[in-house]
Amino acid sequence: MMLFVILGIVVVLTVIGIGIYNGLVASRQQVENAWAQIDVQLKRRYDLIPNLVETVKGYMNFEQETLQKVIEARSAAMSATGPAAKGAAEGQLTQALGGIFALAEAYPDLKSNTNMQQLQEELSTTENKIAYSRQFYNDSVMNYNVKTEQFPSSIFAGMFNFKKKELFELADPVQREAVKVDFSTR
Amino acid sequence: MRPTFWNEIAANKRLSLFYCVLMALLLTGVGMAGGYLWDPMIWPFTGAIAFVIGVVAAIYASTAGGGAILSIAGAREATHEENQVYVNVAHEMSIAAGVPLPKLYIIDEASPNAFATGTKPENGVICVTTGLLDQLDRNELQGVVAHEMAHIRNYDIRLMTTLALTVGIIILMRDLFIRGRLHTGRRKEGNGVVMVIAIVFILLAPVFAMLLRMAVSRNREYLADASAVQFTRYPEGLANALQKIAVADDTLVDTANAGTAPMYIVDPLRAHNLEHEKVGLFSTHPATHDRIRRLRAMGAQVGGDEAFDIPMQTENRT
Repeated sequence: MMLFVILGIVVVLTVIGIGIYNGLVASRQQVENAWAQIDVQLKRRYDLIPNLVETVKGYMNFEQETLQKVIEARSAAMSATGPAAKGAAEGQLTQALGGIFALAEAYPDLKSNTNMQQLQEELSTTENKIAYSRQFYNDSVMNYNVKTEQFPSSIFAGMFNFKKKELFELADPVQREAVKVDFSTR
Repeated sequence: MRPTFWNEIAANKRLSLFYCVLMALLLTGVGMAGGYLWDPMIWPFTGAIAFVIGVVAAIYASTAGGGAILSIAGAREATHEENQVYVNVAHEMSIAAGVPLPKLYIIDEASPNAFATGTKPENGVICVTTGLLDQLDRNELQGVVAHEMAHIRNYDIRLMTTLALTVGIIILMRDLFIRGRLHTGRRKEGNGVVMVIAIVFILLAPVFAMLLRMAVSRNREYLADASAVQFTRYPEGLANALQKIAVADDTLVDTANAGTAPMYIVDPLRAHNLEHEKVGLFSTHPATHDRIRRLRAMGAQVGGDEAFDIPMQTENRT
């Protein structure tokens, strides 16, 4: 009788253990997928920028400096690696892009150009997608990190070497203020 | 300090679970009571059978195809060329929710409304009316799409189908047991008091089941609103959208029916009155002004958390 009770407890504990372990694996997988999603959106923004520069070039003859800044920020961001460095470089790029759209306000022809309006919507949706994929990444990291710290999953995290993951944050809060530009197409 | 939408989400999920446990108990109870009427010895078996039938209904609901959309005449698929903002906003929300991009549809309908269907995120469908696209700005549309995305992510379609089936099963069982009792005459008698309690319970059970189903429906609306805030981090968008939808001239959707009503953003079968809205125990949706109030209360909390430092939506859009 005693043997069966002990056997039963062992079986139940094993099942719970497998569940916790699989939960940790799934959370880590989600973090990795979320990071891949950020990358997809960042690449999309790099692809859109040459288009934007082509469109505004003709209108903004005197603003070469602003365009140059965007191009430089783009290549800096493309070569940055790791959440921290990437976050900082992307912040710069967002700021530089904000500069173009702020200037575009002064060119009514450019503003009413359909191509420009569509580009603006595409860039602003890409900005949003970057922000949301970052948000999803950070939520997933938070969820995963809580699991690695919280009892009882923390035991398994220690045993199987589930390391805490880094959040993807914008380096400098001031950069966030710089995005105050009217991107609306309506 | 976590923003209150996390708390709101957790609280609503707990409440849903509680209602579903009650529904399972009700179903099992009807099985037991019916069995007792038939033969005082067999009630544990009929109770178990009723419970198993409920489990089968839940499994069936999770495998049934998302055929609902096909029955709606005139729904057309949205394209990026024609509906740039709608498609973009939906893509943003699928990223925020971490689900695949649902199929996006539009129906020609002046009344602003939207609904979602699909038994799992992989076959999700979101449909909006042309009235909605015409009347809402980008942020408001994003809020509505986020709410529908939440219904998909939270498996609400599956849950509501299961509950509708369970209510049907309880009604069928009532008819079976009560009529069976009347027509086959007496077999074995149990305790008289227990018999009376069993009969009353069986007669009242369908009403309670219906009440539970509608309570879950309203609960899932609150949950979808809170999840929408989790996705957008901008409660004002959905709050403004609800306000606009509630005061629109035309709030009745011709193609909606009682089965699909819980999946809409606001009840498509009733004319709305924001100030004096009547919400009873049989309503599919909570009062719109109450949803707006809860959203705005969450809004006060969203900005203050350092872990969620995405640029607030107000900064790059109007």
